Amino acid sequence: MERLKLFVPLLIFLVLALVLYFGLGRDPRALPSALVDRPLPPFSLPVLEGDAVVDESLLHGKVRLLNVWGTWCVACRDEHPFLLELANRGVAIVGLNYKDDPDAARAWLARLGDPFEAVVVDAAGRYGLELGVYGAPETYVVDADGVIRYRHVGVIDADVWRDRIEPVYRSWVIPQ
Amino acid sequence: MVCWLLASTANAEVEVRDFDSLTERERYRALIEELRCPQCQNQNLAASDAPIAQDLRAEVLRLLREGRSDREIIDHLVARYGDFVRYRPAWQPSTYLLWGAPGLLLLVAAGAWLWVLRRQRRQRIELGPEQRATLDRLLDDERQQR
Amino acid sequence: MTPEYGHFALILAACLSLALGVVPLLGATFGRPLWQATARPLALGQLALVAFSFICLAAAFARDDFSVAYVAANSNRLLPWYYKLSAVWGAHEGSLLLWVLVLSGWTAAVAVAGRNLPPALLARVVAVMGLIAAGFHLFLLLTSNPFERVLPIPPADGADLNPLLQDFGLIVHPPLLYMGYVGLSVPFAFAIAALLAGRLDTAWARWMRPWTNVAWAFLTLGIALGSWWAYYELGWGGWWFWDPVENASFMPWLLGTALVHSLAVTEKRGLLRGWTLLLAIFAFALSLLGTFLVRSGVLTSVHAFAADPTRGVFVLGFLGLVVGGSLLLYGFRAPTVPAVAGFGWRSREAWLLANNALLVVITGVILLGTLYPLLADVLGWGKISVGPPYFNSFFVPLTLALAVLLGVGALLQWKDTAPRRLRSALILALVVALPVGGLLPWVWGSWRWGAALGLFGAVWIGVLTAIDLWRKSRASGRPWRGLRLLRAGYWGMVIAHLGVALAIAGAGVTTSYSVERDLRMVSGDRQKLGGFEFHFMGVDEVFGPNYRSQRGEIHVTREGRGVATLMPEKRRYLGGQVMTEAGIDGGLTRDLYVALGEPLGAEAWAVRLHVKPGVRWIWLGSALIALGGVVAVCDRRYRSRVRATARTAALAEA
Repeated sequence: MERLKLFVPLLIFLVLALVLYFGLGRDPRALPSALVDRPLPPFSLPVLEGDAVVDESLLHGKVRLLNVWGTWCVACRDEHPFLLELANRGVAIVGLNYKDDPDAARAWLARLGDPFEAVVVDAAGRYGLELGVYGAPETYVVDADGVIRYRHVGVIDADVWRDRIEPVYRSWVIPQ
Repeated sequence: MVCWLLASTANAEVEVRDFDSLTERERYRALIEELRCPQCQNQNLAASDAPIAQDLRAEVLRLLREGRSDREIIDHLVARYGDFVRYRPAWQPSTYLLWGAPGLLLLVAAGAWLWVLRRQRRQRIELGPEQRATLDRLLDDERQQR
Repeated sequence: MTPEYGHFALILAACLSLALGVVPLLGATFGRPLWQATARPLALGQLALVAFSFICLAAAFARDDFSVAYVAANSNRLLPWYYKLSAVWGAHEGSLLLWVLVLSGWTAAVAVAGRNLPPALLARVVAVMGLIAAGFHLFLLLTSNPFERVLPIPPADGADLNPLLQDFGLIVHPPLLYMGYVGLSVPFAFAIAALLAGRLDTAWARWMRPWTNVAWAFLTLGIALGSWWAYYELGWGGWWFWDPVENASFMPWLLGTALVHSLAVTEKRGLLRGWTLLLAIFAFALSLLGTFLVRSGVLTSVHAFAADPTRGVFVLGFLGLVVGGSLLLYGFRAPTVPAVAGFGWRSREAWLLANNALLVVITGVILLGTLYPLLADVLGWGKISVGPPYFNSFFVPLTLALAVLLGVGALLQWKDTAPRRLRSALILALVVALPVGGLLPWVWGSWRWGAALGLFGAVWIGVLTAIDLWRKSRASGRPWRGLRLLRAGYWGMVIAHLGVALAIAGAGVTTSYSVERDLRMVSGDRQKLGGFEFHFMGVDEVFGPNYRSQRGEIHVTREGRGVATLMPEKRRYLGGQVMTEAGIDGGLTRDLYVALGEPLGAEAWAVRLHVKPGVRWIWLGSALIALGGVVAVCDRRYRSRVRATARTAALAEA
């Protein structure tokens, strides 16, 4: 019995090692959104083209992606071709132009192509703070009722789309 | 790869702000030291010069001036960025273990200490029959010698 | 070719370490003196080879050999030569090579200085260290080779060394820290050797003590230096952040402290043998855990090396093998029957045990806090951050409790202490410490709990230590003679404990009374802060070897008299990184600290001013602690020559 007690340190260490082992597979820097399964925060912002002011009902009616981007963001440029491809496939994407200059944004889209159904301008970045944005590019999956269902931080490419975002997207598509 | 808005190395940024009162300044300092920068390598809002940290500091100040309490400000940011931004973990089911274990550990350690002490004390006082016989014999010898 | 020679030497060293791990161990198990005797030559050979390999890497840096990938990633033609050399340990691969070099050094030192040890014991100890070295050699060669070449076209110039590392701190902090980290492998090896031999009498405790003390002293210095470096380098005046990497170095230190004290009980009284062995194992285990945490990418930290999960798996496997194996051995071989020597609660044994218990609790809390984010993530509880507010909530009261115990414990005697002596000393200490803790804070400003408690703890320790010193010196007649007769072991304890007191006082005072201000200053502006006046003179442009700098000049006066001229800088390095160099005037009672921010247009600059009372006491206190640890080793009973001459003198007289 006494002898058995001496193996307790080993037991404690094994538990620790197990935790560390499982920890190796996780990314400590990945931050899931705090707004998952909550409605999009309300906003009232201008769009890039024209003078209209829109609010969050812009994203009601069907499932969409909300893509946070800016012309200052190098990774957004990397991601852009794939967004165009998604748009071609019929995926509805609304852009959020974050902390950017609207004229530069318009020129950028004119040059590189516009995958967006509409682009909301958040020049001061206030709405980004409401969403919990901390860097671009970020992409949200918003369902037909305007509820955020998923957030991906970083570039979307074919693998990321197929493995992580598409399943969520498809599960919220309303059958016609 | 994410474009981290030109985040640079660990360098405190000096920010000049005007405060309405000493309390306001102190509350501000305390809050930005307790809140974590969401994208940095383990830095609080005070220490980071990343753009998101700048934005969040401005937000904290704005909320302070609106008259919110410290707790409301922290909740405001947690609602948007998650528990990740609190350096002082909230008291909730996922942190019961964190906040409770140290006390338990202290109790266990204190209990173990008392137990070892008592074991030593018991053995100090108790003498086995053989030892008692030897002691008696020695005492008798000494008495006889005097 | 030099890098290839270095690489080859490393491979040879790995083979030697494997031999070192096996042959002497078998020799000890089967009683073959010749095999046991291979320990020393193998250890020396390993050291020579690893040193040669290290020199090859340093030569590659000195020669700007950018065909070596590691050099290309961490150096630059314009880097000053002393940073080129210290860049050798500036990143993962090179710092691992330093680890192995330090380990070979300790192994060789034990092999040579342990001549007086029974050969079988020495063989086992050195063999265990050889096995550990073998593991690290394999890690180096298989996953982290510093001699990898960039082929076919080497870059013309290297990426620069991270400017944060281009500092004196980099030259001294890692080597000192590693001396400590790696040095804890010596008591570990002793513990394993004792368990393997099944010899659990306490001779091994006596052999272990000096090595443990020296390793622990190095670790103390390494940590203190790290704290000081962060203070003056990072620009915002903090000196401890409870960052995972900092915790990774602090935890082995805490257990090392517990070990140093537990060894005292085991050596003097033959008690706590199993506990001391366990502490020796866990202290080194935490060292290895630290290595894992820093290099695996499991936790986020400003200090972490570039993360690589493959390396993480290797280190975890190694950790599992070494620690798991040791704890298994412990389970089978540790003594089940506790040695009993009968001590009361008013005894040194009891209070050293309490000290151990508290230190273990503190270590446990820090371990929990550091790993909790990981645990929560693995269990699906979400992403939680654990930072200074959590750690400080527990560390401060626990350390204060420790300070109180420290003061009392130093006064106690083995087995039991007369209550009257104890009571009179405690009352005197209370009478002095309470007023000081209550009144001294007013010197710096309004009353603050942090400073009061810190000062109380410090004075409590100081008074009780002084009382004990006074009593002991009086014990043999005249006071001065009594002092001279006190052994080095005792002086070491006194110095180290006073160091603790100073550090606690410093932490309390600086946390409570540091003041700072961020302002917009134009040339000619003055600002009053903390009793000083800061006069901003303007900003100049200066050039360094690999940077361009804006340097400010600030004159500080106090009541009209000049105190210091501070020159904070804002440097732009070749690679584009921008660094702040703070202007600091360090003093015994306070630090004046100024950092330059961004230009605000129209000759105005953002400037941060700090006045930090008592902050130097923290590092001075730590230096005293390390000094105490080393002084204790100079005690006569560890000097083999004295013992030998005493024996021959006795024989001659017979």
